[in-house]
Amino acid sequence: MSNSSTKGRIRNGGSNKKSLLPYLLVSPYVLFLLVFVLFPVFFCFYLTFHTWNIISPMKFNGVNNYVRLFMDRMFWLAILNTLKFLVVQIPLQLIISLTLAQLLNQQLRGRSFFRATFFMPVIVSGVVISILWQQLFAYESGIFNRILSAVGVAKVGWLVSPEIAMYSIALMATWKNVGLYVILFLVGLQSVPTQYYEAAKLDGASNWRQFWHITLPMINPTIFMVVILSTIGGFSLFIEPYIITGGGPMNHTLSAVLYIYKQAFQYYNMGYSSTLGFFYAILIMVVVIIQKRLIEKED
Amino acid sequence: MKNGIINKILMYVILGIAACSFLYPFIWMIGASLSPEQQIGNMNLFPSEPTMQNFRIMIGKIPIWRSLFNSTLVALFTTALVLFTGSTVGYALARLQFKGRQVIFYIIVFTMSLPFQITLIPNYITMVNLHLVDSYMALIIPFSVSAFAILMFRQAFLGLPQALIDAAHLDGCNELQVIFSVLWPNIIPTIITIGMLTFIGSWNEVLWPLIVIRDEQIMTMPQLVTLFAVGGRADAQLGVKLAAAVLLALPVMIAFLFFQKYFIQSMASSGLKD
Repeated sequence: MSNSSTKGRIRNGGSNKKSLLPYLLVSPYVLFLLVFVLFPVFFCFYLTFHTWNIISPMKFNGVNNYVRLFMDRMFWLAILNTLKFLVVQIPLQLIISLTLAQLLNQQLRGRSFFRATFFMPVIVSGVVISILWQQLFAYESGIFNRILSAVGVAKVGWLVSPEIAMYSIALMATWKNVGLYVILFLVGLQSVPTQYYEAAKLDGASNWRQFWHITLPMINPTIFMVVILSTIGGFSLFIEPYIITGGGPMNHTLSAVLYIYKQAFQYYNMGYSSTLGFFYAILIMVVVIIQKRLIEKED
Repeated sequence: MKNGIINKILMYVILGIAACSFLYPFIWMIGASLSPEQQIGNMNLFPSEPTMQNFRIMIGKIPIWRSLFNSTLVALFTTALVLFTGSTVGYALARLQFKGRQVIFYIIVFTMSLPFQITLIPNYITMVNLHLVDSYMALIIPFSVSAFAILMFRQAFLGLPQALIDAAHLDGCNELQVIFSVLWPNIIPTIITIGMLTFIGSWNEVLWPLIVIRDEQIMTMPQLVTLFAVGGRADAQLGVKLAAAVLLALPVMIAFLFFQKYFIQSMASSGLKD
């Protein structure tokens, strides 16, 4: 270390072009990369072939963890739950954020007020949002069931019905994140050249046709970005079910990350949970790559 | 023309409903945290008999002020380190010639898309082996370098003229002085963006603290409030849970009221990283 800093000083004198200074500057990153990125990836892979509870010595168990993973109904249920979450969240977020962005992109008063209002939940901790929405979803006293009762519709088991609970959480997550996507779409919409719309108006194209044939194709990159961001965010779903339902009712809000967390830090199955983590990370990357391909083909 | 007016009204109505749906839950939460337990179920926006009782009970049960201090400390140190490492590495990648520069650049781009689920458990084991569990270090070090910050700084430094750096060298500045006293004043928006994103990210992080911190005195605020809400200590009292949530939300909401422009710009540029 001291050796490299002396050489660094020589470079500053301008005499030694092959100095170590650049390496000294990037060394924090390289160290970080080795300790917190590369080593973990290899160690995770190594752990997938072992059983280990951290305290007693590690035991090699071949591909048993992988066999267990494919037979583990709970894990596949967690994957299914996560996919249910994504299937609702992604389209809902796209439609709502694009609609709000389109409205905000008009001549109107109070635009920055609306923008700030929509954005508020984005920066507030998911812990706050979860505690809050748990009350809004409450069966007897929650606002949603109160509104339903007031208009004479039967109450919904937002968090207690196994078929519905995950969709309720997806609704909440949409509310939390949509403000970010409104901002991204606003940036996208403002980058569409106004001449295109003027030309379309001369041709007598309706607003709706302008939206389909000019706006949508032009903001394709933003749509892509929003889909990718909300996919990655959805695959990381953890704190919301952890606080609101604990994974229930009947494990129907158990997300994949929550299951991996439980395997690792409640049951201390380090080998098996690493197998889940490894498999899940590859799954995420595959899904994101497929999305990229599909959207690029659209162009 | 009449059509235009109707459209305009419709637009404000939709935006107004949307704004209410975003504001109502927060206002209700604050109102409920100030209400006696029996009245929370009423879903009133404003308490008829405001009381600080919920806050008093909550503060008596968990070290909430300590966790506020912990969160602030951890977020400040993490942000400072990310700004420092981001600038130095970003500068080397943007402005210095050395072997392996391209390789490091591609590694950074690649590792950015690596899902965290793969490194989560090994990183916990590293913390155990380094005897860092239950320390501030465990909360700061794994977040002290950010690939995103490095790439943002690299981009910002690439946009500055070489003459600026040459002049500083002639004045006898070393590279650290070049970065921090000559180049930094020229890239303030980048610094604000990265600083804000890192601070908010660190402040709101909860999965990692849940894994590496067990000692209540070291817990961050989101972690402490989470464990309070899911554990039995709130005695199923809604008002007390909501009071904890309000205290957790308040610092960020107040900061947002003052700096909303920067928040929104920063978060918007975070989406542009792909």
